[in-house]
Amino acid sequence: MPIEAKEEFRPKIVAFCCNWCSYAGADLAGSSRLTYPADVKIIRVPCSCRVNPMFILRAFEKGADGVILCGCHPGDCHYSTGNYYARRRMTLLFSMLDYIGVENGRTRVEWVSAAEGVKFSATMNEFVEKIYSLGKNVRLEDLRCRN
Amino acid sequence: MQELIKRAKELLADGTVVRVLGWKAGDLPYNPEPAYFEKEEDFRDFVYNGFCGANLSKYMIEASKLEGKTMVCLKPCDTYSFNQLLKEHRVDREKAYIVGVGCKGKLDIEKIKAQGIKGIQAISGAELTDAGDVLTIQTLYGEKTCAYGDAMLERCHVCKGKEHRIYDEIIGESKDTKDADRFEEVKKIEAMSPEEKFAFFQKELSKCIRCNACRNVCPACSCRKCVFDSNKFDSSQKANADSFEEKMFHIIRAFHVAGRCTDCGECSRVCPQGIPLHLFNRKFIKDIDEFYGEYQAGEDIEAKGPLTDFTFGDVEPSIVGKRG
Amino acid sequence: MQRIGVFVCHCGSNIAATVDVKKVVEIAAMEPGVVHAEDYQYMCSEAGQAKIAAAIKEKNLTGIVVCSCSPRMHETTFRKAAERAGLNPYMVEIANIREHCSWIHKDIEEATKKAVILARAAIAKVNLNAPLHPGESRVTKRVLVIGGGIAGIQTALDIADAGYEVDIVEKTPSIGGRMSQLDKTFPTLDCSACILTPKMVEAAAHEKITIYTYSEVEKVSGFVGDFTVDIRRKARSVDMDKCTGCGVCQEKCPSKKAPSEFNRGLNTRSAIYTPFAQAIPNVPVIDREHCIKFKTGKCGVCAKVCQAGAIDYDQKDEIITEKYGAIVVATGFDTIKLDKYDEYAYSQSKDVITSLELERIMNAAGPTKGHLERLSDGKAPKEMVFIQCVGSRCSDDRGKSYCSKICCMYTAKHAMLIRDKYPDVNVTVFYIDVRTPGKNFDEFYRRAVEQYGVNYIKGQVGKVIPQPDGKLLVQGVDLLDNRQILKEADMVVLATAIEPDPDVRKIATMLTASIDTNNFLTEAHAKLRPVESPTAGIFLSGVCQGPKDIPETVAQAGAAAVKAIGLLAKDKLLTNPCTAQSDELLCNGCSACANVCPYGAISYEDRLVNDHGIRETRRIAVVNNALCQGCGACTVTCPSGAMDLQGFSNRQIIAEVDAICR
Repeated sequence: MPIEAKEEFRPKIVAFCCNWCSYAGADLAGSSRLTYPADVKIIRVPCSCRVNPMFILRAFEKGADGVILCGCHPGDCHYSTGNYYARRRMTLLFSMLDYIGVENGRTRVEWVSAAEGVKFSATMNEFVEKIYSLGKNVRLEDLRCRN
Repeated sequence: MQELIKRAKELLADGTVVRVLGWKAGDLPYNPEPAYFEKEEDFRDFVYNGFCGANLSKYMIEASKLEGKTMVCLKPCDTYSFNQLLKEHRVDREKAYIVGVGCKGKLDIEKIKAQGIKGIQAISGAELTDAGDVLTIQTLYGEKTCAYGDAMLERCHVCKGKEHRIYDEIIGESKDTKDADRFEEVKKIEAMSPEEKFAFFQKELSKCIRCNACRNVCPACSCRKCVFDSNKFDSSQKANADSFEEKMFHIIRAFHVAGRCTDCGECSRVCPQGIPLHLFNRKFIKDIDEFYGEYQAGEDIEAKGPLTDFTFGDVEPSIVGKRG
Repeated sequence: MQRIGVFVCHCGSNIAATVDVKKVVEIAAMEPGVVHAEDYQYMCSEAGQAKIAAAIKEKNLTGIVVCSCSPRMHETTFRKAAERAGLNPYMVEIANIREHCSWIHKDIEEATKKAVILARAAIAKVNLNAPLHPGESRVTKRVLVIGGGIAGIQTALDIADAGYEVDIVEKTPSIGGRMSQLDKTFPTLDCSACILTPKMVEAAAHEKITIYTYSEVEKVSGFVGDFTVDIRRKARSVDMDKCTGCGVCQEKCPSKKAPSEFNRGLNTRSAIYTPFAQAIPNVPVIDREHCIKFKTGKCGVCAKVCQAGAIDYDQKDEIITEKYGAIVVATGFDTIKLDKYDEYAYSQSKDVITSLELERIMNAAGPTKGHLERLSDGKAPKEMVFIQCVGSRCSDDRGKSYCSKICCMYTAKHAMLIRDKYPDVNVTVFYIDVRTPGKNFDEFYRRAVEQYGVNYIKGQVGKVIPQPDGKLLVQGVDLLDNRQILKEADMVVLATAIEPDPDVRKIATMLTASIDTNNFLTEAHAKLRPVESPTAGIFLSGVCQGPKDIPETVAQAGAAAVKAIGLLAKDKLLTNPCTAQSDELLCNGCSACANVCPYGAISYEDRLVNDHGIRETRRIAVVNNALCQGCGACTVTCPSGAMDLQGFSNRQIIAEVDAICR
């Protein structure tokens, strides 16, 4: 039986974007035809503070290789304070993931305004590249089935 | 202990309280358990000694719903938990008569057994009135001794201090037993490579049997219904679909108590698998202290919790990768 | 089970050129819940919308997914189309396969795959959607303005002119505020009283405006459109209806040792007093702390001399309760206390004064009848030194980190007025920077320097030392010449930082309006909603929101009025249905959610719940849907998941995550 060629690694990347800034920034990237890899899939949330750590862990559990959260710049939150809470929560969560040995490049927070289509695209390109370099996420997906 | 019993009976007799929340002797010399005492004869089993590690503050959630006041015995570190619960409106201050009980450090039977002491029949030297420097242990194989400090729970080596943060009266003296750096173990793990960290936690967490003892004992983890038992996130506990669920459970549990955990150490004390669960909570405490300024949950009932607060200049999440 | 229709738009070739729309339709049709799938050239066109409507009716669809451009573009279009076809508009989800897919990917296979995944995520979400209905709440057509300074007066006038009832609550005995204490105003140097008092009179005479002076807001409940407010009318001890304002009582009052608040304590007033001659209302108040009758029981002179019989020693505080649709905060400012700035010798010498005190000294109705003189010995000064930024732009915790904004201009004004009236007085100004951004502001400052010869020195003053001969030795530094300066002055004027009125904290708490670390009220958006508080129905006017001068205050007062009028013009308020909801069986009542809510939308009630047979009273979080804006901060703070956000629920987002990662 011939050994099948190893399938090319295509990462699964979830991007949570707040409705008011980053989702609009992603729209601008689109209308400016600023490409980034199709591996990124965007989920629209009202505010970065809507993103529960459960969502991020769930994504990893279900096989995501990277999760990025984008929100309005500090001081510009549509709801005034949402991104401040998100910032603290994500700082702690990412620190914990790092602590248990998950490569910290797999998680990222970036503040992207509605005018920053270029930044959105550049951020996604960078992030995808990072995930490619880290390879498949094996640490969060499964625990006991691997040695 | 006699003084405590005497006072408890007085308070019951004069109607100040209708029940006493304390510890009663277990079937072994080292496993007393939390219990209510309402009548004179109940007190035959009342104990308070070095093995009474159990933090009774969480029991006050239920006791607050009962008729009448409950006298509750709280050690200095337990009062932090009580304060935190008070802040979260989970306990009723009016329903509690808090007797701050003295504490000279609580004992961990596993540490005694780890010294090769087996067949334990009786232990002396664990009373609050004892000098508290050596334990004398009667075993099937004769009398053994063990330094008190060597048998102390991990949490007592990083004691938060001998002050009761909230009380109506204090019985017995307390001692600050701190002789170690609270964050030493956390720092050790932080210094590991990602592979080593992963291996360390995989080894520890793979022992988890999801018995929920950590959750059930934790005074901060006091939700009426745990998110892992509800259908709100499609995360309800079931037969493991994948083993990440354990990890997710412990991360989320630590996250939910972040900024609220007083570091009482009950999670590690009760874990039947000996998983050092406090290492999760303490990591968050260390991060919070470093990023947002020192914060001790349960110390100041008015202070804003670190996760319900912010400043414009807070560190960015990218600091995690930059710290090296 | 939902019956879902999927509509894939070609957007001409915008989507179809890169995404195989037929394939998307084909795969989407097999997704759980999907009973209908089709594609069309332009879904947003009339014909496209008609297709959607037809499918909704024919197939009894309970939810639809439109795979098209960004929801920011056409979500409203498709929601309206669905609503017209009898479907709840919140049963519509958009998969953005244009901006987020076809426009940025070139490879057809790759883009198609991604479009399928985005469609799946939207389908997974809509499977969990539930019909949502915007709530309605009524609007009480009356506005409360807290504070009767120029900000409050202007806001009240503008709202009243639009035909709505306005109440002004002012804690002092008269409206007028800080502006009434000023002598002249920059940059035109017109007399403050001349431009303010007509407005005060207009407000008092306006049939739609009710003024409650010597009154304070005691309690606020309710929410946008429907606030209930308790106002404490402090006992004036004078019957407002009987008093004719003749002033005899003040003249005859034997107790004249009370420090005059209006003159910043530079002189005294009688125990029964109106703060200033043009006070509105022109009805005095008895200051019970200083009144001999109240202190000893003996006196009663005022009652004897009052021909109108208006004096009423038995008057008590009165609480009135009124309903309002909107509340405007115009609580203004005060200067900071100078106890931490002892180096300027403010507490040691009477000749070291604040700029606001100088206003009173320069004013014809002030303690010196408008003569510039030293308060210590009444002599005319020859050398005057102004020190800028006292407590402003401060890096330590003695003062304020912000720029008080008005000081550069009023100091230029003072310097100019002094040089104009007393050409023999030398004026020196120590400054860090001179900031004059404003219409005709820099010209004004330059006039002070160029025409009036005011000596500006860039540098700070380290110390002011009172000398035995009564002079003041000013130790400063000239940064441009890099030299120390020792200067003898007769008077030193401190441009003292301004801070929000200390009572604003209490008021903000009552209104659940957020406040920053400097006690300034926070705007809903720093740039785009600068006169609204994040708490719906609360508007900000004047310095309570941040330092500003009179023209800016008046402009903001008008803007706040317009926002309030815009609210009152509506008969009913429709509320966004995508709000948080708390599950009473899961709620711990821990208050974590209320702590992070920027809108004060969450309160708690003790409610009897039946939790699977256990009946008990529990502390439960309750979301006010009129206030909640749907950010979701509470949902993440809640450990038990009791708080959830309609339209973006935990399960919906998780379904999207799962669909993307599967």
